[in-house]
Amino acid sequence: MAFLEVKNFEKSFGNNKVLKGVSFDLEKGQVLAIIGSSGGGKTTLLRCINFLETPDAGSMHLNGELLIDAEAEKRTRKTESEQRKRRLHFGLVFQQFNLFPQYSVLGNVLLARRLLDAQSVKDKKRELKSAGIRGKELKSELSVFAAEAEKRANADALSIIERVGLSDKLNAYPCELSGGQCQRVAIARALALTPDILCFDEPTSALDPELTGEVLRVIRGLKSGDRTMIVVTHEMEFAHSVADKVIFIADGVIEEQGTTEDVFGATRSEKAKAFLGSHGKTDI
Amino acid sequence: MFWQVTLSLLEGFGTTCLIFIVTLAASLVLGLLIAFGTMSRYKWLRAILKTLIWIIRGTPLMLQVMVIFYVPGLLFHVNLFTRLTAVFVAFIINYSCYFSEIYRGGIQSISRGQYEAGQVLGMTRAQIFFRVVLVQVIKRIIPPMSNEVMTLVKDTSLARVILVEEIIKNAEDFVMRGLVWPLFYSAVFYLVFVGILTLAFRFVEKRLAYFKV
Repeated sequence: MAFLEVKNFEKSFGNNKVLKGVSFDLEKGQVLAIIGSSGGGKTTLLRCINFLETPDAGSMHLNGELLIDAEAEKRTRKTESEQRKRRLHFGLVFQQFNLFPQYSVLGNVLLARRLLDAQSVKDKKRELKSAGIRGKELKSELSVFAAEAEKRANADALSIIERVGLSDKLNAYPCELSGGQCQRVAIARALALTPDILCFDEPTSALDPELTGEVLRVIRGLKSGDRTMIVVTHEMEFAHSVADKVIFIADGVIEEQGTTEDVFGATRSEKAKAFLGSHGKTDI
Repeated sequence: MFWQVTLSLLEGFGTTCLIFIVTLAASLVLGLLIAFGTMSRYKWLRAILKTLIWIIRGTPLMLQVMVIFYVPGLLFHVNLFTRLTAVFVAFIINYSCYFSEIYRGGIQSISRGQYEAGQVLGMTRAQIFFRVVLVQVIKRIIPPMSNEVMTLVKDTSLARVILVEEIIKNAEDFVMRGLVWPLFYSAVFYLVFVGILTLAFRFVEKRLAYFKV
């Protein structure tokens, strides 16, 4: 079984059927580029994978675990903690960054991690209490545990921020940053929770052309043997050079999928040919 | 004479401040709850609250004070509230309704992306609201809130209609005895109060100027 398996996703908004049965799979460490014209369903697919939309039909497995089963979900709503737990498998970088404006760069990267750490401190407390530890001993054990978690979180955040090249902006607020810098913070924020799969929803579409380079460079730099990524993008050059696998979506169906060489080099579907032709990939 | 008037007005001003503080504290909380209610997914709850807001905003506060104070006695022959409590109740209901609409505007103006960013980071709904959205809402609603809060300072004088001894009532008592200037003198107290509030709001606004929503 592949690392990520999406089967037969369908999604409608009112009478508008945006996804008409989309299936694909992805191996661990692969980078998948999803391309296609606007309104084709790329973003909806990504939002379904990230639990921001619930597909009307279909299922999704990650690492053998059933994460989405549209049929079952119609019958029973997930509790909030179940929902949060499965969300943490994925990270998402938005087109519009969606940074938290009142937090600094470091604050944005640390916020969610700190909240999760606070939760694990609470869990630890319960665990220690049930082990019969009380009073002073409990307090000191917990404070050591919490301090270690905080130290780790801080160290991780600093190294991630360094990775996206913003170490000199640790205490800057989003309104003081350029679009490209904001998007790099957003990438750092998503990385901080070490998701199994990191997703990008047109990460450079809201940027001025001269700022796309720095963001794409960071994403390219993230590619390594074991980091799995899904990128919805309009940057064909980028998709070509970074992706291991490409999906072309038009009108809610996958018109073409395969390795990057296949899709860009030996395009079969007419729609994909036309799309790639109009996006300057004329080496077909 | 001046001292006697000042003392009497100060006494009334104490009541004015009490009405102000109790109403503000309670309405800030109750208003937020009503705002959530008007955005609830339950249609019946929305309908009830919208009707309530319509009635409260559609009738004079002075009338509401009188209704709260007199109607329980007229209909059921019970003395439900003391004068001051009746004022608290009427003011809290009235201001909660106005605040709730300000809150609703503020909350709905925050982009969905903020919620979604919190969601994909595994935050709970409460965490998203209190850690991410609330400060942005506060920043957005400070201008309309400051208007409403300053109106509240002056609306406290409506308590006079059921003979609560706030500052205007005390000033009028002098007028009855043929002394007119205390009535105008009472304006000074309001002006000072609103002046302090203006500074306070300016301070908060400055404190939140470090980020843009």
